[in-house]
Amino acid sequence: MTARRYQDPDVIRKVLHEARTIAVVGLSPNELRASNFVGFYLRRHGYHVIPVNPRADEVLGERSYPRLADIPEPVDIVNVFRAPDAVPEIAQEAFEIGAKMLWLQFGVISPEGAEIAERGGLNVVMDRCLKVEHARWLGRMHWLGFNTHRVTSRRASAV
Amino acid sequence: MSSDDSEQFGFDTRAIHAGQRPEPTSGARAVPIFQTASYVFEDSEAAAAYFNLQEYGNTYSRIMNPTVAAFEERVANLEGAAGGVAFASGLAAQAAVFATIFEPGDHLVVSSALYGGTITQVKHLTRKLSIELTFVDPDDLEAWRGAIKDNTKALFAETIGNPAGNVLDIAAVAEIAHDRDTPLIVDNTFATPSLCRPIEWGADIVVNSATKFIGGHGTSIGGVVVESGVFDWSNGRFPVVADPSPAYHGLAFHETFGVYGLLMKLRAETLRDLGACLSPFNAFLFLQGLETLSLRMDRHVENALATATWLSHRSDVERVTYPGLDESVYRPLVERYLPRGAGAVYSFDLPGGRQAGGRFIEALDLWSHLANVGDAKSLVLHPASTTHRQLSDEELVRAGIGPGTIRLSVGLEDIEDLLRDLEQGLEAVGREGARA
Repeated sequence: MTARRYQDPDVIRKVLHEARTIAVVGLSPNELRASNFVGFYLRRHGYHVIPVNPRADEVLGERSYPRLADIPEPVDIVNVFRAPDAVPEIAQEAFEIGAKMLWLQFGVISPEGAEIAERGGLNVVMDRCLKVEHARWLGRMHWLGFNTHRVTSRRASAV
Repeated sequence: MSSDDSEQFGFDTRAIHAGQRPEPTSGARAVPIFQTASYVFEDSEAAAAYFNLQEYGNTYSRIMNPTVAAFEERVANLEGAAGGVAFASGLAAQAAVFATIFEPGDHLVVSSALYGGTITQVKHLTRKLSIELTFVDPDDLEAWRGAIKDNTKALFAETIGNPAGNVLDIAAVAEIAHDRDTPLIVDNTFATPSLCRPIEWGADIVVNSATKFIGGHGTSIGGVVVESGVFDWSNGRFPVVADPSPAYHGLAFHETFGVYGLLMKLRAETLRDLGACLSPFNAFLFLQGLETLSLRMDRHVENALATATWLSHRSDVERVTYPGLDESVYRPLVERYLPRGAGAVYSFDLPGGRQAGGRFIEALDLWSHLANVGDAKSLVLHPASTTHRQLSDEELVRAGIGPGTIRLSVGLEDIEDLLRDLEQGLEAVGREGARA
């Protein structure tokens, strides 16, 4: 059971607007994997995507780091594509490198990891896809008939 | 909660607004009709990203179109689904679902009380595609349970059966399906999301013929599939959905797109390959219909109940099947699943059989004799000689249709006018009977 507290639209929209640098833990070099789709999409939409994958040297044209601690620059979002049992350790590392948010993808559900991150002052999103949320709030998800769960009469801005 | 989160808005507000934001270029308040076959790419990287599904983008109106998308999202929102894919007709929508989740050798279990076109479709499509088919009495939960085999990949039924008015125990049948890791598909055409939302009761996929009450004007043919996004297509029983797809350069749709995986496959592969896309103009007309859906459904239900009650008190009429009547065996299910009303399509029997049925229909002046339902206009039909004509006698009995069964689709006219016309129709049958 995923708590709605980790899927707050206001938190999601704020971070989508403010974040610049996203470390993607478990970013696969395989173009058919979900993590690659998400990394590709985020880079296309102007975010600085940093791969964290000890089994790759480079993904999406960016140098890949074995661990979060190896990244030599500030990170806004730590986006996790790993099994839930790996999350507590990643959450601790995310806190240690001063990241602002821990974002756990669809199916990556770890209340323990979320608690660790929250104790360290990070915002947490769980069981949500970063690409889908970007497309829902800022992008073009509505072009493919998906339910964006939005109702507004305000004129959209160009995407 | 965010101020524009649709969950805080009521059904009628969402029926008017969901799926559309005034678009950035013109600010047009109505949903514009994007009557275009294709779309200019920004650059070659964008074109490649769209075709690879790495970015949400328009490529070709056989696969996606902004007007159609507004309609798809609105229906998905009203049904409580993750998304929708529209098709050229309700039957095309159903065929697309079967083509997406079935492989040769699989098994489909369907209600025996379905729209005749659906019975014909599943019977012959499954035979041609080497899929096994079993019909079950939709009211018999043990029959549903007993019909499921290791190769069963879906159960299929209508919220309100056409034309006998069986009301499906959606939650119970969904549980039976889920016990065997199998999805439940529900055709919600007769209820529309205004009267029932099957996903809230556990259905996984919902199909609607938009031609009927969703449009409400009888001007356009169309259908739409929505999916909850909840069913685990990676449970090991649906390799055709979960495995790397040979039809999309090895993409594993469910793993890559998660809750949107089946919908993405339905669009990017099945709609692409079947080509049965909804036209933007028809989508526009359906959007106009959706804006007034629940207002119309309330009036449809009111008129249906009034005509059914009136018919049930006549001595020259037998067996009025409207499930909204107090004496209906479906009353408890109506109270649970259809508290706002049991729809506006039902049937009754004339004791004089086929001949009386024909005489009745020919005597009517206001009710239109045609093969459709869910129009603002009241409609009448003799199923045994039209929509269900391809069925054997045995299949007719299983579908609750006798030789003198008349199906009504009750419209929005003044109730006094509808009753007056029914009365003179019944009197014409009586005169004929007296002469014989």
